[in-house]
Amino acid sequence: MDTFVQQIINGLTLGSIYALVALGYTMVYGILGLINFAHGEVVMIGALTALAVIKPLAGAGLPWPLAVLAGVAAAIAACMALGFVIERVAYRPLRNAPRLAPLITAIGVSMVLQQLAMIIWGRNYHSFPQLLPATPRAIGGAQITDLQIMIVAVAILMMAGLALLVNRTRLGRAMRATAENPQIAGLMGVDANHIVSLTFVIGSALAAVAGVMVSANYGIAHYNMGFILGLKAFTAAVLGGIGNLTGAMLGGILLGLIEALGAGYIGDLTGGFLGSDYQDVFAFFVLIVVLIFRPSGLMGEKVSERA
Amino acid sequence: MLEAINLEVSYGGIAAVKGISFAVEEGEMVALIGANGAGKTSTLKALARLLPARGTIRFLGEELAALPSHGLIGRGMALVPEGRGVFARLSVAENLAMGAYSRRDHAAISADLERVHELLPRLLERRTQLAGTLSGGEQQMLALGRALMGRPRLLLLDEPSMGLAPLMVHKVFETIGAVAATGVTILLVEQNAKLALESASRGYVMEGGRITLADSAGNLLADRRVREAYLGE
Repeated sequence: MDTFVQQIINGLTLGSIYALVALGYTMVYGILGLINFAHGEVVMIGALTALAVIKPLAGAGLPWPLAVLAGVAAAIAACMALGFVIERVAYRPLRNAPRLAPLITAIGVSMVLQQLAMIIWGRNYHSFPQLLPATPRAIGGAQITDLQIMIVAVAILMMAGLALLVNRTRLGRAMRATAENPQIAGLMGVDANHIVSLTFVIGSALAAVAGVMVSANYGIAHYNMGFILGLKAFTAAVLGGIGNLTGAMLGGILLGLIEALGAGYIGDLTGGFLGSDYQDVFAFFVLIVVLIFRPSGLMGEKVSERA
Repeated sequence: MLEAINLEVSYGGIAAVKGISFAVEEGEMVALIGANGAGKTSTLKALARLLPARGTIRFLGEELAALPSHGLIGRGMALVPEGRGVFARLSVAENLAMGAYSRRDHAAISADLERVHELLPRLLERRTQLAGTLSGGEQQMLALGRALMGRPRLLLLDEPSMGLAPLMVHKVFETIGAVAATGVTILLVEQNAKLALESASRGYVMEGGRITLADSAGNLLADRRVREAYLGE
């Protein structure tokens, strides 16, 4: 029972992070029908940028919370700029190209960003400072840290903010209209390029925050951290139904829970043959199962609806 | 108000519109009729900058060639596309709000919304419903109402009768007539030549990408060739 509650807590933490990253995938897919495989690297850049700002600021004597806030703000700003540039340079010229072209470009961008990060930050694992005191609180026989509470709370806040933007504002309405039919939205006066840029920028801001969260959660950051995380978040987006915002949130949380519970019980289930280091297997097992049995995901709509 | 000179449109090397010239004056309703594949829709799409075209398009004295599609509504041109093109996953109210996207004059927008609801009361009844759940006729009404929310001076209508039951077609044309009566200039593309010519004051007949006849609607309705080819007589 203790394991169960503990893994639920861990799963919710992890799932919140996946959800934030999955939103970036699903928003871009919803508007462009493109899987931006470089999105995971944006998460990585966010984490490393935050680290690069927090350490020297804290070292210079700035109070810790201020240094952390500055680091997060810098990460968000850097990632927003990065997302904007990625779309402009890598995807916009291929807007009318066959679908395979931007997909390959996405993988190329991902590699370029990884190499760039390696040149800037080196190949080493960097220890990521503890953002919040790590004293655990006991709940129901399990433990929850302030950081975990913070991660879940911030993720919920950001998702609520995004939902408000998309569903309740003029801009969000234009985003949904463009996702459905960019030509017709254009006739209403919506500049599709503007909306596409905005989508990349918003998704990248979420990714930046997710990057700080994931590094704070595991205590490390490195140039290669975005790849697996990106794939998992992509899985979460597919699980929820790619193109669907609620689906991405749900898929992220679900995937986090599946992974955490799987890792918690895999040892017992296999008699100790497989350990929790097989955690990553679950995400991809889920991806395969979803693709076989429900390719449109939990909340996905039929693809044919896109006129 | 609108003038096209030597307009040419081609898809991947195949010419759909082969150098046509026509004009629409302020306040009139002009019909562009012709068989399926005559190039009518391509013409409208070219006017709305949805298709690349050669030739000159002048709207309110301004050359449109350099303008992107999303710049048109702000200048007073709206297109109700073939197949209606409502945003299926947006509510009726949101679709109408999208029509006013380019405007910032909130008070006037509310007034226009009321006007549209008066003209098309069905839309008020269904305002919270997703547009995709409306019937074809209701969607056509919504597409029309949405275009009106942009306060266009020129309205381009592409096959508004397509796929509708006769009773609904009648209703749609009644509404179009009411819109025209408010002073909106209309260029109407229709396969239903009789209906189109009965509503319009002038007409052009398109055949194989060319304009073959241009006359007053009354004369075209009486024209032997038109009667044989398009009115089934």
